[in-house]
Amino acid sequence: MREPEHERSGEDESVFAIKDCALAAIATGRGAQNLKELRDELLTIDPASVYYHFWGGLLRPTFDDPRYNNDFARWVHSGLHNPALAERLSVIDPCEFGDLESLRRETVEVIEEALDSMEVLPWTPRERQFHFIRSQIVVFSTHQVVREPIELADAIEAASVSSIFYHFVDARRRTPDGIDDFRAWLADLDDGYPALRARLAGIDPFFQTLSELRAELVAAIRNTIEGGAS
Amino acid sequence: MTSLLERYAEIAGADVVDQLRQLAEPLRGMRVVHVNSTKLGGGVAEILGKLIPLKRELGIDASWETISGNGEFFTTTKAFHNGLQGERVTLNDVQLRQYEETNAANAAALEDVLAEADMVFIHDPQPAPLLGMVRGRRGRWIWRCHIDVSRPYRPVWKYLRQHLTDYDASIFSLAEFVQALPHDQYIIPPSIDPLSEKNEDLDPVEIAAVREQFGLDPDRDLLVQVSRFDRFKDPVGVIQAYRLAKRFCPTLQLVLAGGEATDDPEGDIVLAETEAAAADDPGIHVLRLPPDAHRTINALQRAADVVIQKSIREGFGLTVAEAMWKGKPVVGGATGGIRLQVVNHHTGFLVYSPEGAALRIRYLLHHRSLLEQMGEKARVFVRSHFLLTRHLREYLTVMLSLTHGFKDRIELA
Repeated sequence: MREPEHERSGEDESVFAIKDCALAAIATGRGAQNLKELRDELLTIDPASVYYHFWGGLLRPTFDDPRYNNDFARWVHSGLHNPALAERLSVIDPCEFGDLESLRRETVEVIEEALDSMEVLPWTPRERQFHFIRSQIVVFSTHQVVREPIELADAIEAASVSSIFYHFVDARRRTPDGIDDFRAWLADLDDGYPALRARLAGIDPFFQTLSELRAELVAAIRNTIEGGAS
Repeated sequence: MTSLLERYAEIAGADVVDQLRQLAEPLRGMRVVHVNSTKLGGGVAEILGKLIPLKRELGIDASWETISGNGEFFTTTKAFHNGLQGERVTLNDVQLRQYEETNAANAAALEDVLAEADMVFIHDPQPAPLLGMVRGRRGRWIWRCHIDVSRPYRPVWKYLRQHLTDYDASIFSLAEFVQALPHDQYIIPPSIDPLSEKNEDLDPVEIAAVREQFGLDPDRDLLVQVSRFDRFKDPVGVIQAYRLAKRFCPTLQLVLAGGEATDDPEGDIVLAETEAAAADDPGIHVLRLPPDAHRTINALQRAADVVIQKSIREGFGLTVAEAMWKGKPVVGGATGGIRLQVVNHHTGFLVYSPEGAALRIRYLLHHRSLLEQMGEKARVFVRSHFLLTRHLREYLTVMLSLTHGFKDRIELA
């Protein structure tokens, strides 16, 4: 596990450094045209591919209705036309798993359960096959820092959506407790800001676009701090 | 004087350009050479024309070389191009020997610059054998594939692959295009240059002048396809779609505008087929434009009500992003990179046949407010995902990964 952002941001540990990121996509050359192939590949695929297919969709160009919150669920629905399994895959919450290996195991388990009940394996045409991609994340400085929680709402409002991805989504695999950077920072401040942390913990990073997520974060911080319940 | 980076910052955002500077900092002074087969015509040449000066402004010692060859060489490489996109082509031993000899001659001519380079980007199949022919090379070599090789004609791919296996990495435009090679294969969609003559804002007077130049009636609906005269772009299918749509939109006009590229000897044949299909319909304007007619193409795209790109195979189809950048919804063939740009019902429509294209053209022309909404959405979409700055950021990421051995994370902050 990596450290939360504020502990790596330089001399002053109480300062929160706003960062930004971009994902680079790298083909693995591996694909699947049916559920068994998906399971087989998933068993050994690079963990960075598990990361990409669970989280990377948030940063990709699309207008898709985020009904399904990972690529496996999306493909099972659109490629294999199995909405029930797509739903089961979609409720896998990657935040619940301490590492990518546990997340991989759970995903394989859900797929194998479905395989056990199938008499015939549906196939998808080659051009609609699932392509395993792994990602490389590039982390940038924005040269912006936040010194007080009250400043956080303005900083988030001005931040890019990829910055929101970095601090609120990617952070979950970096921070020791698997939480977002904002909560990790608040917890280390003298006041601890329990009410605000509880409010942020209730925000679901899935099922909305990153810009909607940004707006929800800003509203939550303003309402909580300005309402005096921080 | 405003620098090129500052001008991009005005369009793409200062933060985007700042990220480029952060990525380029560890690469300052690096000698980087791009090699392709033409400086005129086609999306590759257009992108390199801007990527090189941008890299230089970021402190990277970047240069651009082209290989030279005779007509027979380019006939062979065009057959490669078609074969890699799935057409059953015949390449005999004489052609393959000449392909290798031409590359050997170019390797000798470029040896000093290529051997000394820290990084070499080889674009497409034409110069692919250079890697094995440059003695004493010390840098990293990357093969950049701009075409759809998802279902190549196997004998052609089998031959080409032997020239590709020793590259340090390759880059494809879409995951679907990737073929198995023994190195990292990055996925980087191409981009458009918002500051180029082809994409910059134009005065309405200039657009009106281009309409007049080609006899286009400003009071009639205009459908435009801009692309090379190439069978994979299906210009004859566009004419069929136009004729089907015209039954319901009788004032419709069609422009099929194609540029010339020095490495495409098949263009004349397909142009003749297109003109034959157009017959004597005064509403169809088949235009063969010189390779530098960028402002004319810009004006034609802006004059259009609907832009069509009815390709049946497509490397990426940058004309789609160009049209979207000008606020036009695009009716696009559901193939290759068009599927990434045309988000069905949001930035245009994906179609599978001339009939489907005709249906969507009619729909858009009869729903003007939706047409405008889609056009605006398309412009915003391109700004976020298909501008040159994003493309450059991803190239710099590959360079940094290869030279600094980064794995899953590159921490610049």
